Amino acid sequence: MGAPAKAGGDTVKCDIILCGVGGQGVLTVGAVIAMAAAADGLEVRQSEVHGMAQRGGAVLSHLRLSDTSVAADLIPRGCADLILSMEPLEGLRYLRWLKSDGVLLSAEEPFLNIADYPSPEILRAMLDKVPGARLVPAQSLAQQSGNRRAVNMVMVGAASIYLPISRLILRDTIARMFASKGNDVVARNLDALELGAASAAAQARSSS
Amino acid sequence: MPSGTNAPMTRVALLGDEALAQGAIDAGVSCAYGYPGTPSTEIMEYLRAAQERNGRPLARWSANEKTALEEALGVSLCGRRALVTMKHVGLNVAADPFINGALVDIRGGLVLAVADDPGMHSSQNEQDSRFYADFAKVPCLEPADQQQACDMMADAFDLSERFHVPVLVRMVTRLAHSRAPVQIRLPRPENPLQKTDNPGAWVLLPAAARQRWHRLLTLQEELAAAAESSVWNVETPGDAPWGVITTGLARNYFLENAPQLSPCPAHLHIGQYPLPVAALRRFAAGKSRLVVLEEGYPFVEERLPGILLSAVEIRGKKSGHVPVEGELDPDNIREVLELPNRPAALPVPQELPGRPPQLCRGCPHLDTFRFLADALNGRGPHLVASDIGCYSLGALPPLSAIETLVCMGASISMAVGAAEAGMANAVAVIGDSTFLHSGMTGLVDCVARRVPVTILILDNGTVGMTGAQETMLPSSALAPLVVGMGVPESHVRVVTPLPKHHDDNVRILQEELDYPGVSVIISRRECLEWARRQRREATP
Ligand code: SF4
Repeated sequence: MGAPAKAGGDTVKCDIILCGVGGQGVLTVGAVIAMAAAADGLEVRQSEVHGMAQRGGAVLSHLRLSDTSVAADLIPRGCADLILSMEPLEGLRYLRWLKSDGVLLSAEEPFLNIADYPSPEILRAMLDKVPGARLVPAQSLAQQSGNRRAVNMVMVGAASIYLPISRLILRDTIARMFASKGNDVVARNLDALELGAASAAAQARSSS
Repeated sequence: MPSGTNAPMTRVALLGDEALAQGAIDAGVSCAYGYPGTPSTEIMEYLRAAQERNGRPLARWSANEKTALEEALGVSLCGRRALVTMKHVGLNVAADPFINGALVDIRGGLVLAVADDPGMHSSQNEQDSRFYADFAKVPCLEPADQQQACDMMADAFDLSERFHVPVLVRMVTRLAHSRAPVQIRLPRPENPLQKTDNPGAWVLLPAAARQRWHRLLTLQEELAAAAESSVWNVETPGDAPWGVITTGLARNYFLENAPQLSPCPAHLHIGQYPLPVAALRRFAAGKSRLVVLEEGYPFVEERLPGILLSAVEIRGKKSGHVPVEGELDPDNIREVLELPNRPAALPVPQELPGRPPQLCRGCPHLDTFRFLADALNGRGPHLVASDIGCYSLGALPPLSAIETLVCMGASISMAVGAAEAGMANAVAVIGDSTFLHSGMTGLVDCVARRVPVTILILDNGTVGMTGAQETMLPSSALAPLVVGMGVPESHVRVVTPLPKHHDDNVRILQEELDYPGVSVIISRRECLEWARRQRREATP
């Protein structure tokens, strides 16, 4: 299951659909990955959602990383290497963007703010139809890291095994982002990153 | 995250909006004014952050887009450069100073950054601001990427000073809210304060206005010549017998697909208007077909038949080859490029439940809507006219609390109309910021004609929808303001929308609905998002 990779040997291209519900921190996840990618010398385009949708609605962001120039801010359909979702239903919503061997990586916990949210069985059945679907127990991993609010960093960590960005640079970016909040906060966010990465790596191994 | 530095030739990741703002700073803008509105808001937020850091430029939110543009006209008259920011519908509000501002003798460069919202992500329509520039007969620049958004600002100000007219820079949502690395240039110094030496050209009495109109008409040829030689209009040769014309972001969607086109069509990209007629004619010569890709209305496509010297087949939105509604994307332009649709790589689940935006849990508006519903219950026919802000979401079920959303400030005036048409229980629901933007004038009508309307001002102390900007006046100013406008003091009531006050609030509203005159109920509780932001800013 190859997500991004150095396609054709030497060009790097990684198209990511980031999604979730307004208020879940989709833009923060995007900002961390984009900053780290830029620090790693990649071209970055990140299309964001501002305004009305941020009020508890479905939020979608296109993030494109490449070592050559990126033409469009939006990812063509069927071309995304990775869907990174903060909750399962939103991940499924953008499946038509995913390429056939792409990875749908989602936090496991549903975000319930609508009456007609699918039942766990229906959700499971829909996810089972996606060969590249991986669920990350993001909230419990965040709890484990000692910071319930680090769900974002768990998801960045989980995504990191599919990203063409060195883990070192990712860690460095996070350290810089949280530097003003003290060493303790930095350490917990880095722990969350590693827990997410380990969880995703274990799943990738068991399904390959 | 706006970058802090303004050093020469640094490369920073900026949103399109931020790149445009940075370009204005680099172009030596002195004063910037605007009213918040998605997708334009981040332009001013970036400028305000710059002002906080460096003291310049002056960057201020205004009561509405019209006052913002008029303030900018004053800056220009004094020789300094001014930027005005707004969303597309804001230009409707500012249309009066815009159209007439084209007739005065612009001194310091005056640039309007207007952000259109194709796809209506956060707006009530898809209007295309290029038509406004055309209507006012002033140049329009349309960036295709973040770097252009930054670089075009220098040109926009220069054009404005060279031709003494305002210049419109047209943004669209996808560029406004997409981030990419941008190379920043050395800043140009601000213009010195120098009042116009041609004051007569600012007094548009009919005799002078006729002269100014004549001048604007004769200027058109020069504006067209400037577009012909503009670096923003770029032709790339190709080897197919047909050609592609793009504007704005459509360029990128075309380039995304171009590697799959063989032979590749020639490509003309247009970034500066009025349309470069000669360039279009040259480009069309010898081609059997032209494909036109543009975000918004078919502006170029509609004009082409009148420009081209011989009949060429034109394919685009008007011809039905490209969707007329919504945004362009890398997929929906494939048909007109004669490329097959990209097949869905995976089975896509049908019919997923939607997730529309909703009010924050605990939002004060929720409590207001609850007491409003209970107060109206059993009173028979009523109209709850409303307005634009977070509370617009009250139109959605299960709340279904409001019945109209047309344009900024319309709630009060529409309630007036309904009451005068004979509707009992005419209620207007309007936010504090929207009231100051353009609700006050409706209240003047109410008071002057003693129309029985009950106005609920939802005072959350901020512009919530666009990310909690401060309002023009503090909450404490609202009650004295409406009293000063002539609403009897005994019918100006301030309530707190909280569950524990629900019954009192229902009773107060019912009393005012019974009163056969104008009453104003100020429903006051802080926006949670605003409070959160205040706390964040308070912690070092
Ligand atoms: S941002 Fe403020 S006004 Fe808007 S829904 Fe949230 S709490 Fe209510």
